[in-house]
Amino acid sequence: MFGYYFQLGLRSLRRNPALTALMVMAIGFGVAASMTTYAVFRAVSGNPIPDRSARLFTPQIDAWGPQQNLKGGEPAEALGYVDAMALMRANEAKRQTLLYPVQLSVIPQGNRDLPLNANGYAVTSDFFAMFEVPFRYGSGWSGQDDAARTADVVISDELDQKLFGGADSVGQTLNLGGHDYRIVGVASHWNPRPRFYDLFSTGGFADEPDIYMVFNRALDLQMRTGGRNSCRGSLSFTTWQEYLQSNCVWITPWVELDSSVDVAGYRRFLTNYAAEQQHAGRFNWAPNVRLRDVMQWMDQEQVVPPESRISLAVALGFFVICLVNTIGLLLAKFMRRAGEIGVRRALGATRGEIYAQYLIEAGTVGLTGGLVGLLLTAVGVGGVSVLFRPEIAKLARLDPSLVALTLAVAIVATVMAAFYPAWRAAHVQPAWQLKSS
Amino acid sequence: MLKMTHLSKVYRTEVVETYALRDFNIDVKEGEFVAVTGPSGSGKTTFLTIAGLLETFTGGTYHLDNIEVSQLDDNARSKIRNEKIGFIFQAFNLIPDLNVFDNVEVPLRYRGMKAPERKERIMGALERVGLASRAKHYPAELSGGQQQRVAIARALAGSPRLLLADEPTGNLDTQMARGVMELLEEIHREGATIVMVTHDPELAARAQRNVHIIDGQVVDLAEDPRFHAHVVEARQGQGRS
Repeated sequence: MFGYYFQLGLRSLRRNPALTALMVMAIGFGVAASMTTYAVFRAVSGNPIPDRSARLFTPQIDAWGPQQNLKGGEPAEALGYVDAMALMRANEAKRQTLLYPVQLSVIPQGNRDLPLNANGYAVTSDFFAMFEVPFRYGSGWSGQDDAARTADVVISDELDQKLFGGADSVGQTLNLGGHDYRIVGVASHWNPRPRFYDLFSTGGFADEPDIYMVFNRALDLQMRTGGRNSCRGSLSFTTWQEYLQSNCVWITPWVELDSSVDVAGYRRFLTNYAAEQQHAGRFNWAPNVRLRDVMQWMDQEQVVPPESRISLAVALGFFVICLVNTIGLLLAKFMRRAGEIGVRRALGATRGEIYAQYLIEAGTVGLTGGLVGLLLTAVGVGGVSVLFRPEIAKLARLDPSLVALTLAVAIVATVMAAFYPAWRAAHVQPAWQLKSS
Repeated sequence: MLKMTHLSKVYRTEVVETYALRDFNIDVKEGEFVAVTGPSGSGKTTFLTIAGLLETFTGGTYHLDNIEVSQLDDNARSKIRNEKIGFIFQAFNLIPDLNVFDNVEVPLRYRGMKAPERKERIMGALERVGLASRAKHYPAELSGGQQQRVAIARALAGSPRLLLADEPTGNLDTQMARGVMELLEEIHREGATIVMVTHDPELAARAQRNVHIIDGQVVDLAEDPRFHAHVVEARQGQGRS
């Protein structure tokens, strides 16, 4: 009977075209507003590394003290050189990495082209395994390479396309900022959103990095961070070594811990480390450390912009209002056909069959509204920059999953809105209808 | 086929009880053609809607094809309506945005019949009423008589045991009414049981048996003076028209 009811539903769209158009437009606009804002919300609020997010932790150590801390006694969001290197030396986690953003010029071979700007990260070797960076060619480098401070580099697929036409460039030499590097790997497209591993500098959203270079090598070249650098007190350093010893924070540390026991152990280690620094006179305050996993860290850093939540709530509210109107319109549309319902009941339709017929008819209205909503969502997704920062607005896109969701939401919501009108239709008294006709 | 014993139907409001049918008794045998007559408001249509399981009753018993129907739930009543009863209404009650074929198909759909059998039955019923060539027409494209023939085809398509007709010629002119009546007689001759509610004494006279209802009760035609008064009134009314 589904096919029969669907057919009746499609026919019914042509009946009372003004009423049908009102319902379709109400659902279309409601679903489009919701899906457009949801497209943004989904992009900024998802788990960027679902398989490992509960095992990856970023440590924080209070190197500024209670007078200069962040709001609520929160330690700085990154580490300075001294603490970062201390964590690496302690080697207390299964895997650990340090990273900071770098900006370099890529000098093309043969001087045929102009130099390219390349953004990337100085990282330690565990970075690639911890974050499951996919490789098209080659791989990352080893711990020995970290220690040997080799001039190795991993480039992005996009940079490989630009420089080598997408060929396997492993083993090729790349001149970055006047220094030659050996390409050891080409990463496949990898740009988790939000960029959980560097919220400190990016806030969560940035273009895909072009290069990854050896952390120690970057330090040797006295490469300043290409991202945020946050300091407290009077800045008196003039040399690179003075900068490294200062309280400026610019390095993001990550550790991988497999179990709650490991997490508790690492937290103890951080506390002990801070206590040692206190005893040594470097910190004049009690240990103040944090250890948060990926989702806790994104929550702490408020990666989801408030405007995204607000606009989603407003759009959903608008959709609910549209649906309430639709309930009234469906009721009017269905009850106009009380006579037909009476005839169908007289000819053998059960209440359940009338209920099913009208729910499916509502589903066809929802489907039509969903198709209109899809068009409006496409327009909306193209225009979200009016509401959001450009780097966030460009994340919203109409992919197949959003298309499916838009249609599903429109149909399901309309069918739910039809529960009461269809119930009323199913309870029409056939005798009264036939007597009155 | 249809037996009501001491049946009553009461409409209750907060202040008043109105008996539409009271101590109502009728027994229609299989194959009979019964005309039910009576003045307006006497309870004819209420009787017909109860007979057609479109309405429940307040007291008494009703056996339809030897089934006591008072305890049946909505699904069972719908199934009986679909399989055993065919309705013909004064106002035809065709669904305006379905064509003739689709209108006749409605009861067969609810019976869960396969498409080839549906088609065979629909075309058979339309041929029977002489409208096979109008299968793709919509009700608005047909005359009143043709619409009533479609309604009869719809009632016949499911091969019901009982045909219930409520003023089947009430909205038709004399010539069309005669055609419809001849069709009903033909259907009856082929073995159908027909119960027809009518105001028209001439039509009632063409039935095998007349049952007269006054004030919600079947009355003895020979003894009840109210009947004679009504017949005179009805004939005068017919003469005026």
